[in-house]
Formats: sequence, structure tokens, C-alpha cells
Amino acid sequence: MKEAVHIVRNPAKGPDLQELVGRVALGDEDAFAHVYDIVAGPVLGVVRAVLRDHAQSEEVAQEVLVEVWRTAPRYRPDRGTAVNWILTLAHRRAVDRVRSVDAAMARDHKAALLDRVPEYDEVAEHVEARLEREQVRRCLRTLTELQRQSVTLAYYRGLTYREVAEALGLPLGTVKTRLRDGLIRLRDCLGVTA
Amino acid sequence: MTTVDLHRLTGAYALHALSDEESVSFERHLAGCEPCAQETAELSATAARLGLAVAAPVPPALREHVLRRITTVRQETPGTTVRVSPVRAGLRAGLLSRWALAACLAAAAALGGTTVWQHQQAADARAEARQASRSADEIAAVLAAPDARTRAADLAAGATGTVVVSQSRDKAVFVVSGMARPPRGKVYELWFDDAGTMRSAGLMDADRGDQTVLMRGNVDGASGMGITVEPAGGSTHPTSTPIALMAFPG
Repeated sequence: MKEAVHIVRNPAKGPDLQELVGRVALGDEDAFAHVYDIVAGPVLGVVRAVLRDHAQSEEVAQEVLVEVWRTAPRYRPDRGTAVNWILTLAHRRAVDRVRSVDAAMARDHKAALLDRVPEYDEVAEHVEARLEREQVRRCLRTLTELQRQSVTLAYYRGLTYREVAEALGLPLGTVKTRLRDGLIRLRDCLGVTA
Repeated sequence: MTTVDLHRLTGAYALHALSDEESVSFERHLAGCEPCAQETAELSATAARLGLAVAAPVPPALREHVLRRITTVRQETPGTTVRVSPVRAGLRAGLLSRWALAACLAAAAALGGTTVWQHQQAADARAEARQASRSADEIAAVLAAPDARTRAADLAAGATGTVVVSQSRDKAVFVVSGMARPPRGKVYELWFDDAGTMRSAGLMDADRGDQTVLMRGNVDGASGMGITVEPAGGSTHPTSTPIALMAFPG
């Protein structure tokens, strides 16, 4: 089924999101609707990458978006961009869900986890999202194989570093280091500043 | 775990790949390690880019559902104002003890925690707690100042307001009880009245009927205070007729 395609501003770049979240913090529901339009796609994407169950993903994404509304007054722009705050929250909630007991029962076995990067919905994605994806993919290729596997298993599959170590058959210390230096390399390639 | 080990956890922490216990000890470490906090913030922003890269099309029904739900969900407050519920009875009886109030405020500040809500967190939470408690301390200092003077007034629609001014500290605190929510998209703004010229003294928390606010800025000879309804975010000059004006106690 083909879904509506909206071309939206790249949430990583627009200063507008900051301002909108500031208005949401004051209880502005219209501003929240704009925030929703900008971040709902990335939020659902993050959650779905980790959970891979469409129904559960929508439920968690919804919780995250409502939490954005609820906690917006506590968001502090000097501590990071709004999109970072929101996506960190989305990832945290997805990881919480995937680590809950029930979800753990349904967890794929380790072999399947090595299918690392989630499939992208090629049909109905945003143009901006495609550009972002290309850049992230390109930068992921600059990582060593172990760095890339460690980072993607942790982020896209929601594994703890212990689970990553187990899945890859590596010592814990090695995985800790790979997660850190992998992200540092990715940060430098993407030109991320906090 | 040694400090060196902890420092290496910035990546795992940013990816939510630590156990809960490990996250807690890492956050404790973060609070005292500025370079780690900086690196963690950057790596967390990097992780967010991994998230942006997998944006998914969203079913239209989700939008409607979320937008409907938020109308019933109360927002949290920034944590810089302090809720004081025992004040109301005191005001009614006209027996407000500033020292009792100061003690309540201190207790509220101690209990009324700061939620860890964002990823750079432990450090943040500490800073926020410090700020909240600084604000509460300042409020308490005004209320307990030997020269504090109090004036209470009935505001519109059953609300009561009390202003406490300490000339020696050059600060004023406004305590309100039973205040109605401002209209949607509006906020209450406080003003110092400089002989007819209004000077902004900050915003009130739209979500709280009862609150104690340290008025922003110094009294600086102001003769009274006012409250107006302003667009969200506040204004630099009043854009509406004050809903309340109070002379400061002499």
C-alpha cells in the first residue's frame, strides 16, 4: 500500500524545531502538531528499527510523542538539540520495551541479529530522510567491521554491550572500546557537534 | 569499576547499551567529569543521527490519536517554581508565618525532585536541582528576611495573592493560590510597577493554580506589582489591562 509522502524539513537542520518545542513547553497545542509532523517519522523509525513489530512500534512511538508533550517544559536547549532529545527518548523507550521480559521471550536468536542494518522502506520515504540515510550509510562504511557491527547491533537492535559481546564472540572490554571509538569516528564523519 | 573504565563507557551509554546499574554509576561519574559529559553529549547526538536515517512513514491515524491524547495530558513543570499547598490555609486565616512558609518551601525543594529527563542527565539533573534549590533558597531568604513585609489581596475569581517584599534583599516573592489557568496559548506575566511604568518580573507557571514565584529582577524602588495575560513566551511591555495590581507593603 502506498502511503502519503510528505516532504518535511530535515529535523536535524531546522532551527524551527527548537522554537516549536519552546512553544510546546508553554502548552501550545498547535506548535505540538508541527513538532509531531517533523519528528513522528524519525521517532517511529527508531522504535520500529529496535522493536521490528509494527503494532508494538506504533504503540511505543505514540507513548514517546505524548511524553514529548508532557516533558517539553523540562527540555533545556543548552543541553542539546530538540531532535536529539526526542530521538534519544524514542530510542530509550524502544530499548526499555525490547528488554522487558515479554519482549525478550520473542527475541530473535543471535544469528538473525547479525542482519544488522534494518531494511528501509524504499517506497514511501521522505527525500530528506533518504539524503540523511545516504550520509549515515557512507559514514558507517568508514568504521572498521567490528566498530560498525558493535554500533549497529547496539543502536538498531537495542542490545546491551554484553549482548553485543556475546553475539560477536568478543571480550567485553573490546566491545566497550569499539562502541566508543566507532561512535567517535561516526561523529567526526558526520560533523556532529553536541 | 575504575575511572578509566567508566570513561570508556561514553559510547555504550550514548547507545543505551548499559544495564540500569551501570548507567547509574556512569551518570554519577558524569556529574563530576566535564570532558565525559561533553563527549557523551556528542556521541548521543551522533546516535540520534542513526535514528534520523531510519525515519519511517507514519500512518495518518497515529497523528490524530496523539493530538487527541495530548489534550488530556498535563504537562510537567520546569522545576524552578515550588508548589506550596499549606499556604492557602495560612492566607485564609491571616496568620501566615513567613518562617513556617520558608520551612515548607525548603522541604518542598528537598522532596520535589528534579526528573532526569534528558540524556546528558546526571550532570543536568544536578544542575537543575541546584537551580531549583537556589531559587527555593532565594525565596526562603526573602520570606525569612527580618525586614520582609507582606500584603495579601483577593484576586479575580476567588484567587488570592500575597506579595512578600524584602527591601534589604531588594527582592519580592509572589505567592498565589487558586489561580485559574490562563486561556490557551497565553501566560500570566508579573510586573514591577515603577510609578506607573511596568517592568517585567517573569512568567508564572501556567499549569499551577498554587505557586510561589521569585519575581525576576530587583525591586529597585518599585511601588507595587501587576499581573497581565500575555501571549505564550511573555512580552516586554504589557499588551493587556492588568488583571491585578497590588501596591507593595510600605
